[in-house]
Amino acid sequence: MIEFHLDARSGVSPYQQLVRQVRHAMRLGLLAEGDQLPTVKDVVARLAINPNTVLKAYRELEHEGLAAARPGLGTFVTATLTDGSLAAHEPLRQELRRWLRKARMAGLDEESIEALFTATFQADAQRGIA
Amino acid sequence: MTAAVRTRGLGKRYGRRWALTDCTLDVPAGRVVGLVGPNGAGKTTLLNMVVGQLAPTSGTIEVLGGAPGGGAAQLAKVGYVAQETPTYAGLTVAEHLRLGAKLNPRWDDAVARRRIERLGLDPAKKAGRLSGGQRAQLALTLGIAKRPELLVLDEPVAALDPLARREFLQGLMEAAAEHDLSVLLSSHLVSDLERVCDHLIMLLEARVRVAGDIDDLLAEHLLLTGPRRDPADLPAGQHVVSASHTDRQSTLLVRTTEPVHDPAWSVDRVGLEDIVLAYMTGGDRRPALEVIS
Repeated sequence: MIEFHLDARSGVSPYQQLVRQVRHAMRLGLLAEGDQLPTVKDVVARLAINPNTVLKAYRELEHEGLAAARPGLGTFVTATLTDGSLAAHEPLRQELRRWLRKARMAGLDEESIEALFTATFQADAQRGIA
Repeated sequence: MTAAVRTRGLGKRYGRRWALTDCTLDVPAGRVVGLVGPNGAGKTTLLNMVVGQLAPTSGTIEVLGGAPGGGAAQLAKVGYVAQETPTYAGLTVAEHLRLGAKLNPRWDDAVARRRIERLGLDPAKKAGRLSGGQRAQLALTLGIAKRPELLVLDEPVAALDPLARREFLQGLMEAAAEHDLSVLLSSHLVSDLERVCDHLIMLLEARVRVAGDIDDLLAEHLLLTGPRRDPADLPAGQHVVSASHTDRQSTLLVRTTEPVHDPAWSVDRVGLEDIVLAYMTGGDRRPALEVIS
């Protein structure tokens, strides 16, 4: 089971934040096929949000084929997003750590590292489109 | 589906002053509806007419398909937590529940007891000795255990500290999810309503200024910034809510259902609070804006 949280300042609508958090948890292997999502009642009681927000998020996940409602039981994850890529996470993480160490040794502070990463990430993504 | 509240040209006058005028609304059922507006905008007047405590001066109002306050069946369907979440100071918590059971034909005693127990309220304690947050929770318990189809709350969290506010809204949302309750609540703070509501009605100076689903409001309002220009030159589909200019730059909040393609504008999304504030301060009363409701 996962726990949702909301960031009021993110500019992303609450239902989309819930959808993203489920997808994120699925990608990281925290949620797998057959796992139950928190009930609507539990989510609204915890976050003090509108029940329709949760329903909308769960409907979207159903629409994407990632979850399904079982009447009377709740909503369950019906897919796995990690594929084979989860195994690759650990070596990639280690490489990224090494890279971060190098960046710090070169004198970059956190903000510069983040800016460099984001700019490179975006430039690379754009090259992919073009 | 029956609307929770349907009004046509509804108005209420006190002496010479119209507290609410020309109010036409369709509030969908099964939703959590926020009523916002500055103090004196007409929120309490509208809510009092919804629950039948006040008769309109003009126009019509239907609540869950019936006349507000029209008979016992209608009264049982609508719950009301009035301003400052009133309780009887001299009665104990348990006596409040007994009173609720005697006065309400659909009273759900199990729900009431479960809530009181979970809140940790002492049944033998007099309501006058409870904290503000506890008193609000007691009033909410009565409203929920009545098992209405529509629960109306007037500024329920205005007097509460942030923690009590959160706990109150958690309880309210849990009840809305559990009992398929329609909720109509007012606040002069948008931030209180942003997370809990999915439909918003904004009153300003006794009139409905804007009403709609919050997702639509968020999707349709855009902030445009660019070189200075006259808002009157905008395409027909873009309605200006507020505009400000420096000698070089214009900043406009527009409502539009179509994407903005003009490359001169940089286009940003805006939060609900900024949208509501723009309507409050916009001062732009062009006829085009009246399309909005």
